Amino acid sequence: MNDKTDKPIYLDYSATTPIDERVVAEMLKYMGPDATFGNPASRSHAYGWQAEAAVEQARQHIADLVGADPREIIFTSGATESDNLAIKGVAHFNKKRGQHIITCKTEHKAVLDSCRQLEREGYEVTYLDPEQNGLVDLEKLKAAMRDDTTLVSIMHVNNEIGVIQDIEAIGNACRERKIVFHVDAAQSAGKVPIDLASLPVDLMSFSAHKIYGPKGMGALYVQRKPRVRLEAQMHGGGHERGMRSGTLATHQIVGMGEAFRIANEEMATENERLITLRNQLWDGLKDMEEVYINGDFEQRVAGNLNISFNYVEGESLLMALKDLAISSGSACTSASLEPSYVLRALGRNDELAHSSIRFSMGRYTTSKDIETTIKHVRTAVEKLRELSPLWDMYKDGIDLDSIEWAAH
Amino acid sequence: MAYGEKVLDHYENPRNVGKFDQNEDNIGTGMVGAPACGDVMRLQIKVNDEGVIEDAVFKTYGCGSAIASSSLLTEWVKGKTLDEAKAIKNTELAEELALPPVKIHCSVLAEDAINAAVEDYRKKNA
Repeated sequence: MNDKTDKPIYLDYSATTPIDERVVAEMLKYMGPDATFGNPASRSHAYGWQAEAAVEQARQHIADLVGADPREIIFTSGATESDNLAIKGVAHFNKKRGQHIITCKTEHKAVLDSCRQLEREGYEVTYLDPEQNGLVDLEKLKAAMRDDTTLVSIMHVNNEIGVIQDIEAIGNACRERKIVFHVDAAQSAGKVPIDLASLPVDLMSFSAHKIYGPKGMGALYVQRKPRVRLEAQMHGGGHERGMRSGTLATHQIVGMGEAFRIANEEMATENERLITLRNQLWDGLKDMEEVYINGDFEQRVAGNLNISFNYVEGESLLMALKDLAISSGSACTSASLEPSYVLRALGRNDELAHSSIRFSMGRYTTSKDIETTIKHVRTAVEKLRELSPLWDMYKDGIDLDSIEWAAH
Repeated sequence: MAYGEKVLDHYENPRNVGKFDQNEDNIGTGMVGAPACGDVMRLQIKVNDEGVIEDAVFKTYGCGSAIASSSLLTEWVKGKTLDEAKAIKNTELAEELALPPVKIHCSVLAEDAINAAVEDYRKKNA
């Protein structure tokens, strides 16, 4: 428990983050009858002009963090909508040119399920297997490219294992074949430096709530030069250059802008702090037997550590760690009993996939939190291993693969 | 996922955790489930000359409900004859622990475990 609040220690920043108090303060300026409440699309009075100015300021902050032109930022309801708009939008626009799309098995469900939908519409999708460290092999990606490939979608930072893909190399390979390249950057914006002015990326999805902004707010970067064309998925008043209709949510947008502005200022120092915390956590656990890091350790976002505790089942471990707010995978899939599809795609065996815990640290995590976490985790794992027949067998030198299990 | 009070009690204070020597004649061992599915239960019974289960132990790799199901089962089978133990139904375990539908398979696995343990004992002593 957190000493001050008596709440579980929050180590699930990859699922969501609290809104920073500075962001809340900005947002409040646009809520209430005395606030700047106008419709940014109203051109005939000051209420509208003021709201529009606030929206454009926020757009500038977002563009600044990722090295884009503000005119390349399209506001959406979140990274899921951005992914849908990018993938379906590009696929539909280029339907006559080709109907093949390439992505990776460890992508977020918003990407995978958008691709599944396109498959139902008759498109063909190649789902690449990542390497064991979670990274996409460039040669395998190139080999999958065809003349009718119109889109490649690869995420920047994985939400479960935190690995950072080499989007520059992937983008260059796409440019050579004139294939549109979309990157889901929900987990990387504000955590990994991004310079879209130099990166060969055509579309990039962003989320506000992953970096201390409000939920229900996101953006899609759509490159202007050369211009990326896509078909709108939401029709109406023609907002956002016709790419996404719907009245702009001024207070949400302002919140996202402020969150991105703060991230831009603090990213470098914050990353150093998070790496120290991550190392502290790993140093406190790595001497335990049969403990494995999932995903590449070096090519990894600062706040993420995904660990498998072999011979301990993940759900029971989460239950033992009720004083910690952690997850055994992504929040989107934690309602299901299936082991992580991401870890399975890495080739992790079922036991290790069943025994993984994602620790994700953030702005309000302290060294004391990590100290407490280490203590809890060690106690819980030891307790559950005492209970585990698999641990017994491992200790007796029995190879678990030599046993014929009755799958049920 | 929210757990029921009884599941939590068995999970926090599991009864009869342990291991008997499975080569002994008076021991019956049932190991069911598979690591791939996220559940493995090992239930062992010690049977006296009258054919009554005088002791039982378990170890379980699995979720809290699987641990609770096997812990509760070791309590129930003690003092029962082999036939009485085999007659225990998963629905009784599920009801006692108030397992939600997604966790019913844990009680099924426990029923399989006691059946396998009794079979093992009978095979050895046939």
